[in-house]
Amino acid sequence: MSRPLIETTPTAPAGIRSLTYAEALNEALREEMRRDPRVFVLGEDVAVWGGGGIFGVTKGLVDEFGPQRVRDTPISEEAIAAVAIGAAVAGARPVAEFMYVDFMGLAMEPIVNQAAKIRYMFGGKARVPVVFRAQQGAGRGNAAQHSQSLEAWFAHIPGLKVVTPSAPADAKGLLISAIRDDNPVVFLEHKALYNLRGPVPEGEFTIPLGVADRKREGRHATFVGVHTMVHKALAAAETLAKEGIELEVIDPRSLVPFDLDTVVASVRKTGRLVVGHEAYERCGIGAEIITQVVTAAFDALDAPPLRLCAKNVPIPYNAGLEAAALPQAEDIVTAVRRLVA
Amino acid sequence: MAIEIPAALTQEQLRAMLRTMLTIRQFDQRALELYREGVMRGSTHPYIGMEAVAVGACAALHPNDRITSTHRGHGHCLAKGGDPRLMMAELLGKATGYCKGKGGSMHIADLEAGILGANGIVGGGIGLAAGAALAAQLAGRDDVTVCFFGDGALNQGILHESANLAAIWKLPVVFVCENNQYAMSARADKFTSVPDPTVRATAYGFPGVGCDGMDVLAVYRAVADAAARARAGGGPSLIVCVTYRYFGHHVGDPLNYRDKAEVDAWRRRDPIERFEQTLIGRGVLAAADVEQLRGEVAGEIESAVAFAKASPEPELTALMEDVYA
Ligand SMILES: Cc1ncc(C[n+]2csc(CCOP(=O)(O)OP(=O)(O)O)c2C)c(N)n1
Repeated sequence: MSRPLIETTPTAPAGIRSLTYAEALNEALREEMRRDPRVFVLGEDVAVWGGGGIFGVTKGLVDEFGPQRVRDTPISEEAIAAVAIGAAVAGARPVAEFMYVDFMGLAMEPIVNQAAKIRYMFGGKARVPVVFRAQQGAGRGNAAQHSQSLEAWFAHIPGLKVVTPSAPADAKGLLISAIRDDNPVVFLEHKALYNLRGPVPEGEFTIPLGVADRKREGRHATFVGVHTMVHKALAAAETLAKEGIELEVIDPRSLVPFDLDTVVASVRKTGRLVVGHEAYERCGIGAEIITQVVTAAFDALDAPPLRLCAKNVPIPYNAGLEAAALPQAEDIVTAVRRLVA
Repeated sequence: MAIEIPAALTQEQLRAMLRTMLTIRQFDQRALELYREGVMRGSTHPYIGMEAVAVGACAALHPNDRITSTHRGHGHCLAKGGDPRLMMAELLGKATGYCKGKGGSMHIADLEAGILGANGIVGGGIGLAAGAALAAQLAGRDDVTVCFFGDGALNQGILHESANLAAIWKLPVVFVCENNQYAMSARADKFTSVPDPTVRATAYGFPGVGCDGMDVLAVYRAVADAAARARAGGGPSLIVCVTYRYFGHHVGDPLNYRDKAEVDAWRRRDPIERFEQTLIGRGVLAAADVEQLRGEVAGEIESAVAFAKASPEPELTALMEDVYA
């Protein structure tokens, strides 16, 4: 129909397989379920539908692990979250899937008031090793109730970790770490990235939460972005490079914990910061990132930091309006040009 | 089995009911084509096979009554008086559409016609329906709200909370569950703890009625009774219409969770064919009249598509409009 939202990375280096983002997530789940019998998966349409998940992330898991460990649930988001939390406190390691992040609104009570607080409220006596997976983001004409990016909701809550991979290898390595983490982790994927292909190491491969990745080196400005914005920034960097502007692109990969050191080191080099996300601008994670950088390294900044985010508007259905609601690669190019001028 | 025609329905109404069923079917067939051609984006959830539910229920309503709808909402909207041209324009994201192109298939609404919106959230309309009924009660009006929801929504907490509220406040709301057997891949009989969800109404202390959702007159009768009760201050009811969706949940459904024999068995009970046979058998319509209706509807749908295609895209300046009143 239309061109893919995200151009795919062509080939993997010799010796490393190339997988899609969805396949990488699937491999992480499979390997962890093999390694640890306490890990189980639950959610809507994760087992039967098309062999596993509307985006194929849980594909084939029920065949290998059976319906006890790969459980299709009724449409009951609050119960999915709460049951997973209860199971986690009682010794299991659940991975609960929410079909769209937008539906997590129905599950906010258990996630925010139970999962995030149980350990602290109980004086450190409990562990809540649960992963809440969901996909978010816009670009597919899914309109206002199926296109949001809500990472800031969760990042606001002490006690939750928040992970947002943009590349297949990161998806695998971070999901394994999330499952092994003894805390509740909100693991947010992006619907436009599932078919993105890239090299993914085989076997045991973890990426610690809280370690950013520099996706491109540059010396004139630093871009810090979430999910698709990493790819848009890489595309923008190509354009800018032709004009002699070198954009450094950093993917924090996890928002809580956040790797401030890597970002600050970059800003100390470039003197300029742009943050980007598909989440609404107001009170988005970008505001938090800028505040942290300004507080830590005000002296390093040669220009006021910029935000390129979704407009403060529900995501519209119409293709032209939807594109206009979201920050695009061209917006990054224009903003960075102005910033370095 | 001879089907009784309720005395309250005039020949004109019966004809209009059949016409609306045909409109829904052809509208959604056309929507599927447009989607597959890539003219329409997002997703589309065809109501094909379930026409008797929306049409039977809405035939029992007054113009001032309200409905809340679901992600599978085209049928509800057409049955409550929605304009196929404005709907089609919305599916194509055009400025002339019901929502100015901002909502798409899953958010079509026509407040003047009493359609409080399709809904992208499973169960999202249930509490809203109770609220609309509360507003009518507070204003001393006698209109009722029909709340359509799928069997999948039976397991959302909001149904329990709203049903209890509606019962204790005697709200004029009719909960109409469309049990089309599946919520995506989840079979209703496996994902709901009781085989017959009407028994749940007992727990709330209001009537729970089952009905053949492939029979438009059966649905009409059940909803007319419940609406009359609600209008008279008797409070809510639950009606469970047993029906089937012929197509996948949406385009791209792998459909690996049901077999063709099952689909064929349901198709043999097609609600439109059955109603046509009834009307012809009773001499309400001749076979030729039915053919003529079909042709009229086809023309109307084609003109809706033409209107939608010829309509302008929204201006980019519309992006930030309508966020606040
Ligand atoms: C709260 C919420 N959870 C999940 C979904 C995804 N979803 C959309 S439709 C659907 C199935 C709904 O089934 P049912 O209510 O029986 O209606 P049907 O599609 O059969 O008409 C699901 C799981 C959603 N839209 N909202």
